[in-house]
Amino acid sequence: MILTYLIGILMGGGLLALLLGQWNKSLPKWIALGTVSIGFMLLVSFWIDQSHGVNIFLSETWMAEYRHDWIPAFGISFHLALDGLSLLLLVLTFFLGILAVLCSWNEVKERVGFYHFNLLWILAGISGVFIAMDLFLFYFFWEVMLIPMYFLIGIWGSEKREYAAYKFFIFTQASGLLMLLAILGIYFIHGSNTGNYTFNYFELLGTTISPDTAFWLMLGFMIAFVVKLPLVPFHSWLPDAHSEAPTAGSLILAGLLLKTGAYGILRFVLPLFPEAAQSVASWAMLLGVIGIIYGAILAYSQTDLKRLIAYTSVSHMGFVILGIFAFNELALQGVIMQLVTHAISTGALFIMAGMLKERLHTRDVRLMGGLWTQMPQMGGTAMLLAMASLGLPGLGNFIAEFLILLGAFKANVWLTVLATCGLIFSAIYSLWLIQQVFLGPKKTPDSVQDFSWREIILMASLILSIIWLGLYPQPVINTARPMINKLEKLFVNQSTNNKHVNNLHSTICIEHASSTASFSNTIKLV
Amino acid sequence: MSGNDFIALSPLLLLTGSSVLIMLLIALKLSHRNIQLSSLLLFILAFFSLFYEPDVSPHHIEPLLVVDRFAVFIMGLIIFSGLVVNILSYIYFEEKEEGPKEYYVLLFLCTLGACVLATSKHFISLFLGLEILTVGLYALIAYLKARHHNIEAGIKYLVLAAFSSAFLLFGMALIYLQTGSMEFSIIGRSLHSLPSLPPLFLTGLGMMLVGVGFKLAVVPFHMWTADVYQGAPTPVTSFIATVSKGGVIAVLLRFFIVIDGFRFSPLMLMLMSIAIASMIVGNLLALQQKNVKRILAYSSIAHLGYLLVALIPGSVMSIQAVSFYLAAYFITILTAFGIMTILSTKENDAEDIESYKALFWKHPLLACIFSAALLSLAGIPLTAGFVGKFFILAASLQAGFWMIAFVLVIGSVIGLYYYLRIISKMFSGRGGVPRKEQRSHPVFYLVSVIVLSLLTLFIIWFGVYPSGLIYFVDYFRLNM
Repeated sequence: MILTYLIGILMGGGLLALLLGQWNKSLPKWIALGTVSIGFMLLVSFWIDQSHGVNIFLSETWMAEYRHDWIPAFGISFHLALDGLSLLLLVLTFFLGILAVLCSWNEVKERVGFYHFNLLWILAGISGVFIAMDLFLFYFFWEVMLIPMYFLIGIWGSEKREYAAYKFFIFTQASGLLMLLAILGIYFIHGSNTGNYTFNYFELLGTTISPDTAFWLMLGFMIAFVVKLPLVPFHSWLPDAHSEAPTAGSLILAGLLLKTGAYGILRFVLPLFPEAAQSVASWAMLLGVIGIIYGAILAYSQTDLKRLIAYTSVSHMGFVILGIFAFNELALQGVIMQLVTHAISTGALFIMAGMLKERLHTRDVRLMGGLWTQMPQMGGTAMLLAMASLGLPGLGNFIAEFLILLGAFKANVWLTVLATCGLIFSAIYSLWLIQQVFLGPKKTPDSVQDFSWREIILMASLILSIIWLGLYPQPVINTARPMINKLEKLFVNQSTNNKHVNNLHSTICIEHASSTASFSNTIKLV
Repeated sequence: MSGNDFIALSPLLLLTGSSVLIMLLIALKLSHRNIQLSSLLLFILAFFSLFYEPDVSPHHIEPLLVVDRFAVFIMGLIIFSGLVVNILSYIYFEEKEEGPKEYYVLLFLCTLGACVLATSKHFISLFLGLEILTVGLYALIAYLKARHHNIEAGIKYLVLAAFSSAFLLFGMALIYLQTGSMEFSIIGRSLHSLPSLPPLFLTGLGMMLVGVGFKLAVVPFHMWTADVYQGAPTPVTSFIATVSKGGVIAVLLRFFIVIDGFRFSPLMLMLMSIAIASMIVGNLLALQQKNVKRILAYSSIAHLGYLLVALIPGSVMSIQAVSFYLAAYFITILTAFGIMTILSTKENDAEDIESYKALFWKHPLLACIFSAALLSLAGIPLTAGFVGKFFILAASLQAGFWMIAFVLVIGSVIGLYYYLRIISKMFSGRGGVPRKEQRSHPVFYLVSVIVLSLLTLFIIWFGVYPSGLIYFVDYFRLNM
């Protein structure tokens, strides 16, 4: 039931904000903050309950489930379920949701009610995507998050907002429709095989599909997910959407929307089409590596602060693809860490860009400089975030990228070597960014204010979580483990040419790796 | 004719009687408002007479008509649309001061024609219904005679419709020559034993498709659409977009089901190429338009293409899909044109895309209703249009028509662009305090807005919880 409540409060809160926004300008903010915080607390208490529970190491991966008939004529049900992966991403959604409300506290001045309505409905759509276990319902939520996002970019964005909103919508909608075709394809294949026409994920899991068909259906799903992720040839919507969106929009885009793509691959593409996924694995890894390097190079050559951060997302998401298609536990754990840590670190950078824009009224890096003297707090924070982004040990991103590279090394040595070069590039652009904005001669004549209390709280929560993830990632790893193990088993059983990977061995490995990492971090910090 | 026949035909008889009655009321020199209200009442009466249809379906009135559940469903949609158009027309025509009373007579006649189409099972009734519908439409399109565009559109429609009727008649004659009958079921029986279509029959059917294609405005018979949509008074445009197409689609579906035309591959090839061409050409032509009426005209070409995609598999699901999509499309297009009607002023129709600029800041409610309608046309989830499109895709994939399903997807992606263009126009240009305008007819304005809000609720309701409508559509399915 908690699952329906979560979506219910978000949607209800959105409607309430819309209605009350007609009378009072500040009420919608408080409603939005209230609903998201309630959801967050519910989730965290649920998480704590679960982790104290008995069965986190056992085979039972599903922690909560809710099912109700929706359109019985088609075998469509309102079916939600939660496992470790979904739980992590949901917690992330609500955490970033709170921050999104807070960071637009003063930025949005007109149509406050409608703004918060959109914000909450995007979050509802994203939460729905993370827990929907009915393919139709999944597609439904997948689209539900698009329209409010379109409005968010299109109404409250900056100068070129209409173009960006268009591009975002058409890219994602087109790819989504292809996924709908694939969903219908698997629905009818399963139906004609078994006589049971259903969109239920668990029943569709074992569908036998001829390899050719499976390949095309897999591509249908894959295209929707890699556009969202984005993988390199499909990334061109991302810089525009990110840079034109309002701060909260960029935060949600980078922090959550991109994650839905990775989630979709993990949840649907791999389990539904294991053989087909394996057949494209090397291509996907190659594209991932190209993404890492290409994104980093483009990030270095940007002058627009938000575009720069947007391209770093492209680069970081390349790691995600690389890790997913390495098909082993290390890499997959790394992928999940990467999803969480990238959301936090990049989200924080976007918030920072929003704050800078509020103060300087520009996003052009060339017009900034020497801000550290005026804003030491912001400078220090930015430094730490840039370090996180370049993968400094002690911060969450290091754990993520390290695990991915470890895992990918087992699958493909040369691509991993290339991907590792990406780390060097990321050091270059991160340091360049800090140098341009905060160091060097001062370019802005008038004085600017440092953090306000609201901003300190915002940034402190982000920084604390990124450090926590860097020093003690074990809770995240434990929570995701049952689901990861299941996925890995699928591929260990599948692959005949791969060496048999011992489950226990890799488990030990991961604990070893993370403890080594945290140990070495502690030393460095000391 | 027995008593039961009269009960079965009561909607048609009521519509006929209404037109005469309104004519008499006009002769009594009643005011426009009274005429409007009484015609509204008569529409409601006709609509509710459908509920008293005997449920022992199908009821044949030999040899011309059949009243079965499907016919009742389509008639319900048609009369409902007539009713909505009637409500929306008052302010529009009252402002024009051009003797708007006879308009209502024509409205009843056209509705009658479409209903006859929905019930016909014979070429004669098909032709009669079509002619009642189109002859009424000639006058309706050219109704505002002081306007330049109206006359042009009327003449264009007159010439092309007469031309296509000729094709239709010739096609019917050829089929009659081949089969010796004009009744659908007898034609079907004479085809029953044949493995493939005789050439004469195929030619006849091809010519009939030309005629029907003109009425449906599918590619390559679509040339008139944009001009007529633009030229006609906005309420009439919404009438053309819904009622006239719905009736024709219904009779087309019935004819194909009865003669079991789905097993003849040349026929299917024809329909498929028409559908594909309509989806692609309609959507592409809409891209560059700056006039919202023209955009919707081209989009209607694409939507008729989608409907043909639903029709092509000829399965149980495809009949459901056609019914569902028609219902969703009717509601949506009525809402969209309703907004345009409300926003039209005395001098100008709200048809230029620029006139929608910043609408969201001026009239938030109207802008939201219009957005919902456009999103439904684009087939975005949470709206009825999405479930309709989903239904169509499911029907065509079930039968293995991957290619046309793919074209449909491409078409709707292209379509997205121009729907979004209107929506972003409404949201562009920020600020602006809502102006308080003086409405000349506050009561009717309020009623119109309430009707449109209700339609929007339907759009969202069917999008979120379509089970009810799916059940309904299945209950009123055409029996195969």
